[in-house]
Amino acid sequence: MIVGEQKPFAEIKKLVWPYERLLILGCGTCVKTCFAGGEDEVAVLASAIRLAFKKERKPISVEELTIERQCENGFIGASAPSVARNQAVLSLACGAGVQAVARRFANIPVLPGVNTGFIGVLEKQGLFTEECSGCGNCRLAVFGGVCPITRCAKKLLNGPCGGSRSGKCEVNPETDCAWQLIIDRLTALGQLDNLKAYFPPTDWRSGSARGPRKLFREDHVI
Amino acid sequence: MSAETPTRLQRILNSGGFAVTAECGPPRGADVEAIQRKIAVLNGYADAVNVPDNQTAVVRMSSMAGCMHLLNAGIEPVMQMVCRDRNRIALQSDVFGAYSLGIKNLLCLSGDHQSFGSQPDAMNVFDIDSMQLIRTVREMRENGHDMSGTRLKTAPKMFIGAAANPFADPFEFRVLRLAKKIEAGADFIQTQCVFNLERFREWMQRSRDEGLTEKVHILAGVTPLKSVSAAKYMAGKVPGMDVPENVIQRLAGVPAKDVPREGIRMCVETIAELREIEGVHGIHIMAIEWEEKVGEIVEAANLYPRPA
Repeated sequence: MIVGEQKPFAEIKKLVWPYERLLILGCGTCVKTCFAGGEDEVAVLASAIRLAFKKERKPISVEELTIERQCENGFIGASAPSVARNQAVLSLACGAGVQAVARRFANIPVLPGVNTGFIGVLEKQGLFTEECSGCGNCRLAVFGGVCPITRCAKKLLNGPCGGSRSGKCEVNPETDCAWQLIIDRLTALGQLDNLKAYFPPTDWRSGSARGPRKLFREDHVI
Repeated sequence: MSAETPTRLQRILNSGGFAVTAECGPPRGADVEAIQRKIAVLNGYADAVNVPDNQTAVVRMSSMAGCMHLLNAGIEPVMQMVCRDRNRIALQSDVFGAYSLGIKNLLCLSGDHQSFGSQPDAMNVFDIDSMQLIRTVREMRENGHDMSGTRLKTAPKMFIGAAANPFADPFEFRVLRLAKKIEAGADFIQTQCVFNLERFREWMQRSRDEGLTEKVHILAGVTPLKSVSAAKYMAGKVPGMDVPENVIQRLAGVPAKDVPREGIRMCVETIAELREIEGVHGIHIMAIEWEEKVGEIVEAANLYPRPA
């Protein structure tokens, strides 16, 4: 999923301060799962904004709405009547959702309420970890299901670097060394010989090196 | 000097000699006198001198410029090149440029992570890794083309170095990684500073068992410890460094005024031990901000005078 975190309240307050009618638009997919922008977060944030404005005697009406996905036009349509009633939209979706909503509604400011982080997993209760960089050329098969591009701080394909100590990364002792994980996993699978091979330079064209990417699925166009 | 002429370091190593290299840390700024002072005290005591490339990710005078100052003083440089700050376009361009200036030893490194340096807010590059850089420079030398496959009219023919850290984890993998670096094209290896001789000996044993010491020249890294606090700092804060407790205790056991002398003595003793290890073809002295002691160390280790 896309993992994000709600912006600090002070920053959100500053963003919405010029408006008197605000729609907080939640997203029911990734950001709901990481507690940044689902129905519950929309409700809590709406109350906080109402209270903050009331304390400073500034009028505001806050409408709450959460749609299934903000990154898909088919779902965004459901928010059109609410958007039309307000002066600004505070989107609690990831950056893709914010932009998709902004594209749909040309005449209203769409503000981001979430800092989008990474593609990750829920490792355990309350802990999300980054696992994928979307490089467009998945090599997890050879690395035992652990991505060195994402999980090694130096993106080493022929690692590990000289800073791996007791299974931890030199950059952050709370982060596992990706190369330790790769070696452990390949050892368990009896595939450690995978690493004897030389891994050539990455062709970053499949990633973000050439600007924004597009995927066109002609077979799904009717 | 024709392109085919071996470097002095290459000549000494290939003739079975015991090489001495040292490190000259460039200044934070454009202070020519500062680097010239360091160069002057190193002159004559090392077969070649490394210039680090923004080591520990602290912004310094560039390695290539430092190497030029060495060349101007008649000292053979080893240019260090890290993959942290430049993509493959800039790296290859700098290899061409360095070679055109007469820099013919190149140490290929991944580079210390920027989070340890003076600009933790910087973005890193790591377009390619050290293994891929080694192979790139080897391809230039052996096959005369750059990474795009373009044939080069005058291809750089670098004597290629790589680093190895026998003290990092996973220990079992360290020898395999050394083998990969040799396979990629490394001619010589400069290791992380050796304080833990026992572990270094084991790494060397495993390297010999794999036949690697027949294929590459290993220069063991040494660092004289200036103070107890420096030793503790290296032990606890510098990634990839293994400073055992007995080393710190020995330093701490002498009167404060004698600590630097004891540090030098320990360094000289380590060199003597390293020379006895089969497959160690030289030492690399990293006297961090203490370059003026290199001469004393080399003399005390009976490695002076250096061959012509």
